[in-house]
Amino acid sequence: MRMLRGLFMTVALGFLAAEAPANAQPLKVAGPWEITGVEPAQTGYVFSRLQVAETLVTADRQGKLVPALAERWSVSDDGLIWRFLLRDDALFHDGAPVTAETAAAGLKRAFSGAGVLSQAPITEIASEGREVVIRLAKPFSALPAYLVHFSTIILSPSSYDASGRISRIVGTGPYRVKSLTAPAKMELEESGHWWGGKPGIGEVHYLAVGQGETRALMAESGEADLVFSMLPVSVERLKANPELDVQVATIPRTRLLKVNAGSVFFDDVEERQALSYAIDRVGISKVILRNPDLAATQLFPPALKGWHAPDLAPLTRDVTRAKQLLADAGWMPGSDGVLTQDGRRFSVTLLTYASWPELPPIATALQAQLREVGIDAKVSVGNTSEIPARHADGTLELALISRLYSIVPDPVGTLLQDYRAGGSDWGATGWENTDVQAETARLAAVSDASKRAPSQRRAVQILQQELPSIPVTWSELAIVSSKRITGVQVDPLEVNYGLSAIRWAE
Amino acid sequence: MGNFLVARLAQAAIVTIVVGALSFVLIRILPGDAAMRIAAGRYGPDASITEAAAKVRLELGLDRPVAVQFLEWLGNLLRFDLGHSLVTAAPVVHELQVQLGASAWLAAAALTLSILIGPAIGVLSGLRPGGVADRLGLAGAAIFRAMPPFVLGLLLMLVFSKQLSWLPPAGFGSPREILLPALTLALGLAAMSSRVARNSVAAVVKAPYFAFARHKGLPEAVVVRRHGLRNAAIPVVSYLGLQAIYLVEGVVVVESLFAYPGIGHALVHAIIERDVPMVQGTALVMGLMFVAIAALVDAISLWLDPRLRRTA
Repeated sequence: MRMLRGLFMTVALGFLAAEAPANAQPLKVAGPWEITGVEPAQTGYVFSRLQVAETLVTADRQGKLVPALAERWSVSDDGLIWRFLLRDDALFHDGAPVTAETAAAGLKRAFSGAGVLSQAPITEIASEGREVVIRLAKPFSALPAYLVHFSTIILSPSSYDASGRISRIVGTGPYRVKSLTAPAKMELEESGHWWGGKPGIGEVHYLAVGQGETRALMAESGEADLVFSMLPVSVERLKANPELDVQVATIPRTRLLKVNAGSVFFDDVEERQALSYAIDRVGISKVILRNPDLAATQLFPPALKGWHAPDLAPLTRDVTRAKQLLADAGWMPGSDGVLTQDGRRFSVTLLTYASWPELPPIATALQAQLREVGIDAKVSVGNTSEIPARHADGTLELALISRLYSIVPDPVGTLLQDYRAGGSDWGATGWENTDVQAETARLAAVSDASKRAPSQRRAVQILQQELPSIPVTWSELAIVSSKRITGVQVDPLEVNYGLSAIRWAE
Repeated sequence: MGNFLVARLAQAAIVTIVVGALSFVLIRILPGDAAMRIAAGRYGPDASITEAAAKVRLELGLDRPVAVQFLEWLGNLLRFDLGHSLVTAAPVVHELQVQLGASAWLAAAALTLSILIGPAIGVLSGLRPGGVADRLGLAGAAIFRAMPPFVLGLLLMLVFSKQLSWLPPAGFGSPREILLPALTLALGLAAMSSRVARNSVAAVVKAPYFAFARHKGLPEAVVVRRHGLRNAAIPVVSYLGLQAIYLVEGVVVVESLFAYPGIGHALVHAIIERDVPMVQGTALVMGLMFVAIAALVDAISLWLDPRLRRTA
């Protein structure tokens, strides 16, 4: 009985604590990302988004590169030497100044690791005075965009243990880590000497909540002030709640069918086009994503200026045309309605994974739509690594994936990987196009928008015509905030959630 | 008593070796390239997994002979070192402390709540088999047993978090946060334990010694306390031991629903990501816990039932 009383006492105390004055309260944030370790290449995005650590360069809400720890940067005339001048008022949370030496050492580590920086044509990273100097093997205008990536966050020397491993995150942002209970909980407090000023709310508590439905309830019960990544099914209900604000932004992420263009099923462009005509993108977007505008009529969403081509003929549904194209490619309906060619049934495995909860239902919708044109697809939901593995051994047929085009703010970073010679994990399989390779290489070397436009257009056009990846839907990010706070903004690139600008509402 | 301890210690040693070897072998047999799985676990689904896997393979020496890797684990174990997680790079012992600790708290809270609910209802039902309390108890047990934990959990969240705003739907670290997941588990457990207790009490009530106690004129409360509870408790204690084991290993759904960082959740992730040291460490500690719980149940049974002491 005493135990029961104790339990009730603590509960009662909990309620009392909740009644404390607003300014002493922490900002309670919930999101789906678990904090599995502190290695920047793995979980740097958590520390970047929550403003614990910073990179040299960052991106604003429109995707434009803006200074962070680097005050400004310049490139030599031949495009081979980049200089990043560090700001002189930045301090790490342990009080150490941010020197070019520390920054260069961190970037060298990122370059030799598994992050995106290893994909840039870098020959040397060095420090000269207050400048980080990066030398390249060939001109690469996208370099500053690569330095926005979370794997390049700059950490204090005290973050490393004796073996050179990162054992804790000592960054430069407005918040420092007060306590971290991996994988689910992190408490942050104001660092006291951020170059950007004083954050509006002094303390932040982050909780990783994997289930979307639970996250929605966190917002509705007032247990979280700010909740990221709401499921489409919850958004309508949350919008109707007078105590909550819901913001939605299109993010540069496309759900697409990765097709093995080297397999007998998809080696003809007509077969891939038929597959595309068979897909009811509007239906999928309306029912599963609750927003018909997300139907991907081309690879890039309208928010990606320069990459979205409004005048491009949209990918649409046309079952008759799909059947016609398949017949032209030599596929004839068999006795059970499934197409056959030379005794081979058009029966393929559609791989997907559950890292994003909407992928399996979209895969089953696609299965039904493909069946209408005589393609028998078996849905297999597995581990993420299965798709790269099957890509590598050549047994992949069809996979539904979610591809991010803002791994670095410039989509060319993703395109360079996806459509390079030999294909890649999440890009083309069994398909190569020297024109696309030439255009992406040109885009990576040139930064002038007017010079880039023709190459962007040409690359997008070829991809739309050839369909090595068949776009299905675009994506959006929904954020719910309590009316208790103001100043919440959605960052479509998910680089930095701007928590320091949030204030308690008057 | 000495024999009893020696037997349990020997059991613990055997469990250690068998569990370690089995989890090592089983993880190797699973289809799929371990380096790819680990890379996907580390760097997430947006990364270039093939390239990352090549680095992982080199870093972790996954190409070395299997026997060498197993002997290395065994050697470390003898020095009480469970190694480092291949995914998070943190020491396995540290991860176990956090996650097993969290699970143990949750299990203890759930078991306590279920003992407060289940056997109490069971005793009431068993004293008057077929009576109103028994019928209500049966209906309640059937409903809570049949309801999947995630449905029950969501219903509790809707009531206590959304409607009443009393308790948070997720989180961990304070009693406020443990109540809802513990209650979700406790109701499912109590559904069963109330019926076990009811049958046990009903059997005792029918026993001649119980009737004799009533006939000699003892007040009902004294009859139940002195002659009923102890006899009825023996099967219930054994059953609660089984439930404790179920709690530690089988609460994955409830843990992920309430964002509670327990061992079930960690073990599932470790298996998916082929994190061999984590799987071995977790399985090992869980195996040892089973031995400990079994020993505890035996000890309580011995204390409750003097007849066992005579035969032992």
